[in-house]
Amino acid sequence: MNSPLLSALMAALPQFVSGTWLTVQLVALSLLLGLVLATLVAVLRLSHLTPVSWAARGYIHVFRSTPLLVQIFLIYYGLGQFDAVRQSVLWPLLREPYWCAIIAFTLNTGAYTAEIMRGGIEAVPHGQVEAARACGMNGALLFRRIILPQAFRQALPAYGNEIILMLQGSALASIITLMELTGVAKAIAARTFQPIEVFCLAGAVYLGMSFVITRGVHLAERRLNPARK
Amino acid sequence: MKKLVLGLIAVAVVAGGAYLAMHRTPSGVGAPAMTDRGVPNPLRVATEGAYPPFNVAEPDGTLKGFEIDLAKDLCRRMGVTCEIAAQAWDGIIPGLQAGKYDVILAGMSATDERRQAVDFTVPYVLTPAYFVAPKDSPLTKIDFGLQRLDLANLDEASTQALDKLKAALKGKTVGVQVATIHANFLDTYLGDTVTIRRYDTLQNLSLDLATGRVDAGLADMTGWQPFLEGTDGQNAATFGPGITGGLLGPGIAAALRKDDGRLLDALNNAITAAKEDGTMKKLAEQWFHFDASAK
Repeated sequence: MNSPLLSALMAALPQFVSGTWLTVQLVALSLLLGLVLATLVAVLRLSHLTPVSWAARGYIHVFRSTPLLVQIFLIYYGLGQFDAVRQSVLWPLLREPYWCAIIAFTLNTGAYTAEIMRGGIEAVPHGQVEAARACGMNGALLFRRIILPQAFRQALPAYGNEIILMLQGSALASIITLMELTGVAKAIAARTFQPIEVFCLAGAVYLGMSFVITRGVHLAERRLNPARK
Repeated sequence: MKKLVLGLIAVAVVAGGAYLAMHRTPSGVGAPAMTDRGVPNPLRVATEGAYPPFNVAEPDGTLKGFEIDLAKDLCRRMGVTCEIAAQAWDGIIPGLQAGKYDVILAGMSATDERRQAVDFTVPYVLTPAYFVAPKDSPLTKIDFGLQRLDLANLDEASTQALDKLKAALKGKTVGVQVATIHANFLDTYLGDTVTIRRYDTLQNLSLDLATGRVDAGLADMTGWQPFLEGTDGQNAATFGPGITGGLLGPGIAAALRKDDGRLLDALNNAITAAKEDGTMKKLAEQWFHFDASAK
């Protein structure tokens, strides 16, 4: 390999590291917030109160039926167009591209994860719920002790998929000026005119991160499932 | 075992990319027809389509702007037909090198950095770079003491103005289009004093300038014009001196592949002819509302 390119890539290494770190932050934080949101939405979605259930359904439907790119654009460039938003208490948060990306990613992954969680919850054998009720468990306690632990376990393989999709979706943050891994790669490629080398490097980093994620999910599956230990 | 396979795949992907990179040829699909002066016919022209008034794509996809009219004029002079298509800015030079088109007319400044990758014609437009901020910002009230700042020729007054600029922008957020000479300027002169936000297009930077997400933006005067004349830009104004020279380059020129000497000659002749008979000035005044043509 020719040395000017190598030295250019070496010079760009700190940017690559900071871009990777930003990607990790975006993905980790959105997944964490998204999981909390999704659990809540999945429970509401299965509620017997029709309006609550329909509200949850509406949210899931809207965020699963529109591209993540459109959601990011609307939240970042769209909301900022309204004076009411710019005067509101939320503006310090919404004026930052970082938080707009977190909000968009959280809402997006929340919708997908809620459906994954619903599948998990519905897969819990009805007999167990009956038995728990017979023991006097109700509401929150029933969910916390019986339903959710099993639902999480059932949902884990599908959720692993969602984690990886979120990692790849995070590349879209570069369109709202966040210099995450893809953003850094695009900027360096545009400056060095060596797109193949730069994007191969970025691709290798994504590959490495996905590898860690799949291993992690696999380990968690084994740990949570006594039968497969 | 699985780990080993995955590891091997990763190595193969990277090695494959490196191999492609080393054996890449700039020629695209099949050689196009040529005129006897070595100009491909049709001439495939790439532009950005998001940098009015240089080039902009209408919602229906048609392109218009100064460079669209210029391309048509140059093609007419060279006796070929033009095929103009829009390309994303950050991939526009790699696309040229991959042979997807023959020439770039996209408000591109002829910088030394880019000259390592492509050839440039003589410049056709030369305009200074300006900072823009909301009118009510204290930035617009500062007196920098001079109108023009030539980076290639920094005298005492220019150095003072540059220091003043640094002090005024300290801790502020400044927006710029990614991978431009203006981004280079910020990296070089203000990299450690301001937070730089890199936008994919100047239009998106303008949107954020209007909402107050960035304190200031830096771009070409001609690039700012549509924003400052539009409704969103009514509350924004330029401040500080117009900056030229040095790493900002000698002006905006057409870019083409390095092995295209005959096309370079033909384009240079056509551009010079367009300057001499007044077409360039006329087009510049039509689109920029002042004579921005390079002399």
